[in-house]
Amino acid sequence: MAIDLQMPAMSPTMEEGTLAKWLVKEGDSVSSGDILAEIETDKATMEMEAVDEGTIAKILVAEGTESVAVGTVIAVLAEEGESAEDAAAKGGSTIVDAPASDAPLPQSSPFAGFYVPCSLSPVLGEGREGGSSAATPEIPAGTNLVTMTVREALRDAMAEEMRADERVFVMGEEVAEYQGAYKVTQGLLDEFGDKRVVDTPITEHGFAGLGVGAAMGGLRPIVEFMTFNFAMQAIDHIINSAAKTNYMSGGQMRCPIVFRGPNGAASRVAAQHSQNYASWYGHVPGLKVVAPYSADDAKGLLKSAIRSEDPIIFLDNELLYGRSFGVPEMDDFTVPIGKARVVREGTDVTLVAYSIAVGIALEAADTLAEQGISAEVIDLRTIRPLDRATVLQSLAKTNRLVSVEEGWPQFSVSSEIMAICMEEGFDDLDAPVLRVCDEDVPLPYAENLEKLALIDADCVVKAALKVCYRD
Amino acid sequence: MATSKAASTAKKAPPRRSRKSKTATPVLYDATFDELLEFHRQMLLIRRFEERAGQMYGMGLIGGFCHLYIGQEAVVVGLQTAMQEGDAVITGYRDHGHMLACGIDPKVVMAELTGRAAGISRGKGGSMHMFSVEHGFYGGHGIVAAQVPLGTGLAFSMKYQDKPNVALTYFGDGAANQGQVYESLNMAELWSLPVLFVIENNQYAMGTSVNRASSEDQLYRRGESFRVPGKQVNGMDVLEVRAAGEAAMKDAREGGGPSILEMKTYRYRGHSMSDPAKYRTKDEVKEMRETSDPIDQNATRLLETGKITEDQIKDLDKEIRAIVQEAATFAQESPEPALEELYTDILVEA
Ligand SMILES: Cc1ncc(C[n+]2csc(CCOP(=O)(O)OP(=O)(O)O)c2C)c(N)n1
Ligand SMILES: [Mg+2]
Repeated sequence: MAIDLQMPAMSPTMEEGTLAKWLVKEGDSVSSGDILAEIETDKATMEMEAVDEGTIAKILVAEGTESVAVGTVIAVLAEEGESAEDAAAKGGSTIVDAPASDAPLPQSSPFAGFYVPCSLSPVLGEGREGGSSAATPEIPAGTNLVTMTVREALRDAMAEEMRADERVFVMGEEVAEYQGAYKVTQGLLDEFGDKRVVDTPITEHGFAGLGVGAAMGGLRPIVEFMTFNFAMQAIDHIINSAAKTNYMSGGQMRCPIVFRGPNGAASRVAAQHSQNYASWYGHVPGLKVVAPYSADDAKGLLKSAIRSEDPIIFLDNELLYGRSFGVPEMDDFTVPIGKARVVREGTDVTLVAYSIAVGIALEAADTLAEQGISAEVIDLRTIRPLDRATVLQSLAKTNRLVSVEEGWPQFSVSSEIMAICMEEGFDDLDAPVLRVCDEDVPLPYAENLEKLALIDADCVVKAALKVCYRD
Repeated sequence: MATSKAASTAKKAPPRRSRKSKTATPVLYDATFDELLEFHRQMLLIRRFEERAGQMYGMGLIGGFCHLYIGQEAVVVGLQTAMQEGDAVITGYRDHGHMLACGIDPKVVMAELTGRAAGISRGKGGSMHMFSVEHGFYGGHGIVAAQVPLGTGLAFSMKYQDKPNVALTYFGDGAANQGQVYESLNMAELWSLPVLFVIENNQYAMGTSVNRASSEDQLYRRGESFRVPGKQVNGMDVLEVRAAGEAAMKDAREGGGPSILEMKTYRYRGHSMSDPAKYRTKDEVKEMRETSDPIDQNATRLLETGKITEDQIKDLDKEIRAIVQEAATFAQESPEPALEELYTDILVEA
């Protein structure tokens, strides 16, 4: 039987790629392990290997073709004893799609409220004064915006700060020669050398502690975790060594360090590799926690983080790395830590989000607009210190609020947002605050279950309609 | 000098054997023809299964991270054919080969890779997180080196229950740099636990070669300061693996305590499906494949017995391909998990 050779997916997030080069031609016989073609993705060039034995009967997609969707039949292989013509004419077997499970959706609303008892702790915030309603920090009129990916913006931020300050160095697994597991540190080794771009062994607890010590010794480390899931190996040093030292030493011993890496769910990498740590670190006095959405914020906030005298948890998101945004072309563009951003103005309901959830909230706001509801979207940008003023000002305007978070619901950043609204914005509320969070389960691997477990714009729309009493 | 009572109870019994590491003095297992054939069958099953998994990943049928075992087959086959009832296996995310060598049905492994209800973790674990208590396979762990103290704990439970068993605890050359490995070595020797630490040294941890990450790159010596003996083994030769594994397991079963086997091996493919493997040359891979392939070496030995022909070996390959094809079809045609599965097995007593 003829076998279809399909455009392969080379990574969890790849949807299309360039068929860069054929290494075989029609009529060639191949056996398992032979390299058939080179495929380019946004991250790398990969080789496609033969699995079955046979003869290349027909090449259907020429080399050099760009944007070939994963799954496209790119060639046909004739098996032993089959003529190439027959094979080419017949095409191969097709992939069977997974029979969808038609069981009804279980009765568990993703935005069902968890009613948290009223906290009696005194409110330490400065109330409603000093909120940043300004959409963006001071950018001179006429500043050119350069389109770049979040990945490039993060790299540029590190490179600029490394040029400006000899004390700054980057350390982590695969950050140097491999150019970063997710290519965020691309080019840094070439420019700064291996003294300042340091590949570590796989020893998170060790190098996180070493980084903290180096910060205590006067350097400004950027410690990259390949993902924040692996920072759990190192969390003792982050909390006990980095976050508390300034306090315990009466302000003598600072710890200016940035811990950064991708956080939150990626794509089908399952429970141990898909966790949002924003609320974990947001819980800890002595840390600052930053989680940007757009490339401009990623750049401006990372530069501020590197300059900060305090330990910073900087949460990237793998699924955002490849997205493009306009970034101001300025000599020194920074964004202050601790200020939220109103990314879309509205009057009827406030959607509060951070990191990847901002995109979901914006998508929901579009849908809501079609239904005549004007949603204001706030990107928190910093989780700790939390910009309560911007949240409360928006609530005072819309009187309704939904918190949107790609993470578990209990004891989440959303829980905190709800508490603030209740403690300090009670009189402004026309409806209970709702949260839209991931399902309260470890993230499953199966495609259908993963989709069900993660938030999407539909859930946000439903929650917004509910607080507007329009459901 | 009189020793105090406290000191004497704290001291453990003197070691019953030399606790020195040894450099490789290759000993080959004396296999019968049937055993050679069985090794071949098992290694080939892993090879063909992995090739197919790689292809299905490319077709979008498998998602997330998928780490293939191609090239390393002799390690698990050599060791696990020496296992006895009640022994345990635990490893990291590069786990498909270990599972097949535990005798787990390829269908349910492949169905887990495609995330289907019939998968061994009901589609909820995926490639990196699979388990089968029935087959003594304790995972399938996604966090580098986390399995090392877990395997040590399995050995603790064996000793506690007076079972004559061994916990085969596999980890990579990269994992060998995690602190918890050394915490485990210390406890294992201190308490004389029946654990076999198998370092699968495939020479790279993602893009980092061993000598770029390890001050002592002779990994079999990593137990020396804990008095855990180690041995370096050619992990591309199933007979050498089997001989070394059997000796170490026998020792552990008889109360001799832990040891390290450093298996020198090689992965042909990238670290995971998304690794372009630019950190090594194509010639390096080619040379390994051509001169050290575990399956080719075994085929040569089989032919040398004169009891099998090249055509018969080819037929065996066809047979294996059919098994893998059946698993692949099963994995594609099985339904996805029911949506209710999202909420099951979070707690035992909800
Ligand atoms: C604690 C932790 N850090 C980092 C990773 C990411 N990671 C997965 S595999 C791997 C390389 C491991 O190499 P090695 O131990 O040699 O095993 P191999 O992949 O070669 O089998 C890394 C860095 C992880 N899963 N867990
Ligand atoms: Mg390795």
